[in-house]
Amino acid sequence: MTFDVAIVQFKPRKGDVAANFTTLRGVFAQLLAGPAALPDLVVLPEAAMTGYFLEGAVYELSFTADAFAAKLDAEWRAAGGTSTIDIVCGFYENNDGTYHNSALYATIGGAAPRIAHVHRKMFLPTYGVFDEERFLSRGRALDVFPTPFGVAAMLICEDAWHAIMPMIAALKGARMIIIPSASPGRGLAGDGMLESVERWRATETLMASEHGVYVLYAGLTGFEGGKGMSGSSAIVSPRGVLLQSLDELSVAILRARLDNAEVDLARATLPLLGDLSAVLPDLWYDMALPRPRNSVADVTGR
Amino acid sequence: MLPVVDAPLHRIDAALKIDAALTERWLTAFLRDELIERRRITKAVLGLSGGIDSALVAFLCARALGPENVHAIRMPYRTSSQDSLDDAQRIVDALGIKCDTIEITDAVDGYLRAAHEPDPRRRGNVMARMRMLVLFDQSARLGALPIGTGNKTERMMGYFTWHADDTPPVNPIGDLFKTQVWALSRHMGVPLEVIDKPPSADLEANQTDEGDMGVTYLTADRILSQILAGYRDEQIAAVGFDLREIELVRRRVESTHWKRHLPTTALVSGTAINEFYLRPVDY
Repeated sequence: MTFDVAIVQFKPRKGDVAANFTTLRGVFAQLLAGPAALPDLVVLPEAAMTGYFLEGAVYELSFTADAFAAKLDAEWRAAGGTSTIDIVCGFYENNDGTYHNSALYATIGGAAPRIAHVHRKMFLPTYGVFDEERFLSRGRALDVFPTPFGVAAMLICEDAWHAIMPMIAALKGARMIIIPSASPGRGLAGDGMLESVERWRATETLMASEHGVYVLYAGLTGFEGGKGMSGSSAIVSPRGVLLQSLDELSVAILRARLDNAEVDLARATLPLLGDLSAVLPDLWYDMALPRPRNSVADVTGR
Repeated sequence: MLPVVDAPLHRIDAALKIDAALTERWLTAFLRDELIERRRITKAVLGLSGGIDSALVAFLCARALGPENVHAIRMPYRTSSQDSLDDAQRIVDALGIKCDTIEITDAVDGYLRAAHEPDPRRRGNVMARMRMLVLFDQSARLGALPIGTGNKTERMMGYFTWHADDTPPVNPIGDLFKTQVWALSRHMGVPLEVIDKPPSADLEANQTDEGDMGVTYLTADRILSQILAGYRDEQIAAVGFDLREIELVRRRVESTHWKRHLPTTALVSGTAINEFYLRPVDY
């Protein structure tokens, strides 16, 4: 089964939510206008409709997941969308007064927007230039979810820098890992590429080839108070091959047709995930740590 | 007999290496975003001293905004060297940017006559602050944003006048060490006369930055990069640096943290600005 994806490397205007949704409407209109067929799945970066570095303004610019999905749905319809389309987008979430850096997977354009999953970023970078946990709460669960294109997982930015995250996602059945990201570019010593982007490329290709998953990386772009979001959106095959990517600074749409059978072929060729599944019970004796109880995730069941 | 390959403890100069083409692309994009997209300002104004830092910033601005949108101001004092003026003109001619010359001698001397025996350091600070006064006033005249020209080495060493050189709201080279400024300048075609001359604030005759700081820029940058990477003095000395130079650099860094911050404000509420009330600069 093949499906078409469009990664939108987005450059928001800081804090101007209305302007950013208007820009998104223009992106939808471009996708609807063709000549290429509509993609099945549109992926946007982390904090795409607000910008990433908000500090205390995160409380002013957050949405409930339902409200955010409804806004995406409204822009899709305003652009002329009459069919359904699946979308992933990062946003700051207000969950009953607890704030998260989240991404949702929703189907819009139907009778009502349908949210398949909300992932709340678990690894909130709070060091150096980053200050997320000063303003936000950690997500407490890494779940996979069914999509029309196979089981998927979302990891937000630093989530993906911890090898255990794609490992757990793949063990739980993910065949596609979607990474909305906002990564300030740094390190100029690389050969034509920022060192931080080199690290992303290594991370993406390794997680794809180790677990036999597609990796869809959507990077925010544009400067925020001197910090340049490094774009570099990419699509990596389950064999760990970089199929296509964008540069750091362009505002563009990266499109690809993906084939679900590639996941099976990659896993048959390099059965590391199967090996891991077999050995995991033994490793678990060394690794198992009790999960903290009384978390919000436990109470809500999410 | 197997060949033996030794690895270094760490690569001393790795943090100083830049891909100059990538750096140019990144910094010109930064300037376009900060001026045109964020502030809706298409023009830049900068003080052009004849030294390499302002020369490089002029090149970056011209590349980012177009030379017709870059306005340089030469601001000589009566003791400023003719070489500085000539080198600044060399930059203007090379880029085709606009340039005014506004002498600050009358304004500076007018104040200094009432200044109660200013020593050279105070005189230098008055000149630096006068230049920033001129730059901001010309910014209002031209509808152009003042662009900063301080590099990371002098910012880390505290080798600048507070609320003068560091005042412009946008600075493309403030995270580049001096040696990186040299590398990028060569790549961008800054005239060699400007690149190769001894760096000087030109506030006094025969003054050089390296003489003032007591250490060469190359050594300062290599030590600074080690300090910023978290290494202790003895670790830096172990890879071949002179302990006295390490201590000199560290002392300069640690005695000037205040120069890299806004003024200290007494906190008396739960809504203190930039303490509790936190909003990013571009919000």
